This record gives sequence, C-alpha cells and structure tokens, in this order.
Amino acid sequence: MTRVPLERKVLSENDRLAAELRQGFLRHGTWCVNLISSPGSGKTMLLERTLASFEPGRRVAVLTGDIQTDNDAQRLARYGFPVRQITTGGACHLDARMVTNALAEWRPDAIDLLLIENVGNLVCPSSYDLGEEARVVVLSVTEGEDKPLKYPATFHRADLVVLNKVDLLPYVPFRMDLAREYIRRVQPDAEIVEVSCTTGAGLDAWRQWIEAKAGSSRKSVNSGF
Amino acid sequence: MLESVQAESARHNAHVLAVGVKIGELSGVESESLRFCFDALVQDTDLAPLALEIERLPWRNRCRQCAQEFAVEEYRTECPRCGSAETEMASGRELEFAYMEIEET
Repeated sequence: MTRVPLERKVLSENDRLAAELRQGFLRHGTWCVNLISSPGSGKTMLLERTLASFEPGRRVAVLTGDIQTDNDAQRLARYGFPVRQITTGGACHLDARMVTNALAEWRPDAIDLLLIENVGNLVCPSSYDLGEEARVVVLSVTEGEDKPLKYPATFHRADLVVLNKVDLLPYVPFRMDLAREYIRRVQPDAEIVEVSCTTGAGLDAWRQWIEAKAGSSRKSVNSGF
Repeated sequence: MLESVQAESARHNAHVLAVGVKIGELSGVESESLRFCFDALVQDTDLAPLALEIERLPWRNRCRQCAQEFAVEEYRTECPRCGSAETEMASGRELEFAYMEIEET
C-alpha cells in the first residue's frame, strides 16, 4: 500500500472559475459584491433602495439567487437596470459556475458595479468564492445579536456587516452593543453600518461604502493601463 | 471529490483504498455530513469500498505585530503574547485532499 500526497482543494473547480471571474472583473473594471444573509433579513429590499438611488444610465447589474421563483428579479427589474435571476433548483448557495453562466449574455465591459444577492443562508455561501471583490453580510435586528457567533465562518469573511431593520429596535430585544462586539470578535476588520430600508436611515453610509470601494477599484484599473 | 479520486486512480493505474481530507473548523463542512454523503455516493461507483479519513484543523490566527501563531478559542482573536487585536487567519478554512492510499494493480 502506498500513500500518495494530494495537496489540493476539494473546491478547486469552483476556485478556478472564481479566479477567472475575478480576472475578468479586474480587466473590465467591474467591482463585484456578494451579499450574504439568512432568509428574510432584507437583502432584496436593500438592493431595491440601492438601485432606486442610482442615477439612470449607471452601469450597474444585479444577479439574484433563490432556490425557486423569480420574485426577487421581478422586484429588482422595476428600477431599470439589468437583473438576472439565478434559480438554483435546490442548491442552498450560488457557486462560481452559476455566476459565469448568468453573466454570459451580458457584455462584461458594460458593467461597472455588479451586485450579487446570494441565496438566503448563513452557512454554505461562505464556502463558495464567486470572484467578488467584497463580501457583505446583512444581519437584521429581528434575528438576534448572536448570529456572528453562531455562524462565524460567514461573518469571518465579511468586509462589511449591514445591521438592517434598525427601525424595529424599539420592538425587539436586540442589543446593538453586543452585536457589534460579536462581529468584532469574529472579524475585527469588518466595517459595520446600521440601516433601515423602511425609513432610509443609514442608506447614505451604505452608498458611500459602495462608492468608495467601487471608485477605488476603477481608479486602480485606470492607473494600471 | 469522487471525480478527483477517479482521475487520480486512473492516472496512477491503481486501486484506491482510502482518501484523506483536511477540514478546517471554519470551512463550513461538517465531518459527519460529509461522511454520510461520501459513503452514499461511493456505493454506486467502482471505487467502493473506499475509506474516508478526515483530519480536522482548528482555527488558528497569526499576529500581524509579533507573528505569534495561536489557536483561536471562543472567538478570542487577540494575540495572547502581545495583546494586539491585529491578527489574521493562519488556518481553519481548509477543505483539501491530503492524500490517497493506493494499491498498485
């Protein structure tokens, strides 16, 4: 019997496709963000408010993942930007191949900002790189402040945590100080914004975060060529 | 995983007895679930019987200030040596093939 060493990632196929996506995004100056959260935390509403705030003609596109229905794509398409639904048909996360296929019909150089709404799930999406430049985890105040401790793998990879539905704080026993502490414990580098998509509170900070990140990405592309 | 094992088996022209994988604490992969699926899938292939040997890797961070490497317990990511909060992951995300046990045919 012989032992053959095999130092290789199990998800190497996904990582290979994600690396291709990332190279493509970099080449075309596309800044891509992957939004992850549990079901019902308000990802779609956050994207609706975000799209509504963009000037017409902004080169933004949205991919939205769900196990079934194109309800989210219908909601998001109202804002006049290209939207494509990825129906996973059972899979609880998006993977790089699904993103590659969904992007195939769009001109890659026509998108400056690509927003990807992952399937609502705080577990599996964290393992699948989609070629994104940033990961955003949305946590709503009705879910409980200990989610970062319960799902550390997801929060550990967050560049930004959006604490959503803060207009409901008077009605739920959610402690913001604990939520912030738990996020910091799992990922000290994550930025945090508090948002209410109903009242609009915090949406400016969220937009500024996007513009700062997407803007610096474009600058580096311009200076690089 | 099984496709990779099949490819390696063909490449070495050998019968595979076992496959070893490393699973990090923060990989999002549960050993027992992986074992359950693996066994269920292997049954219907010519790889059966094939053993799955799992090595769990704990979450470890490295300090950006003093380079100390340490196990992260209870989400305490600050450096136990110098107290810095600036630490980064050293291991814990793995989902990797480590080895195959083969028998030449």
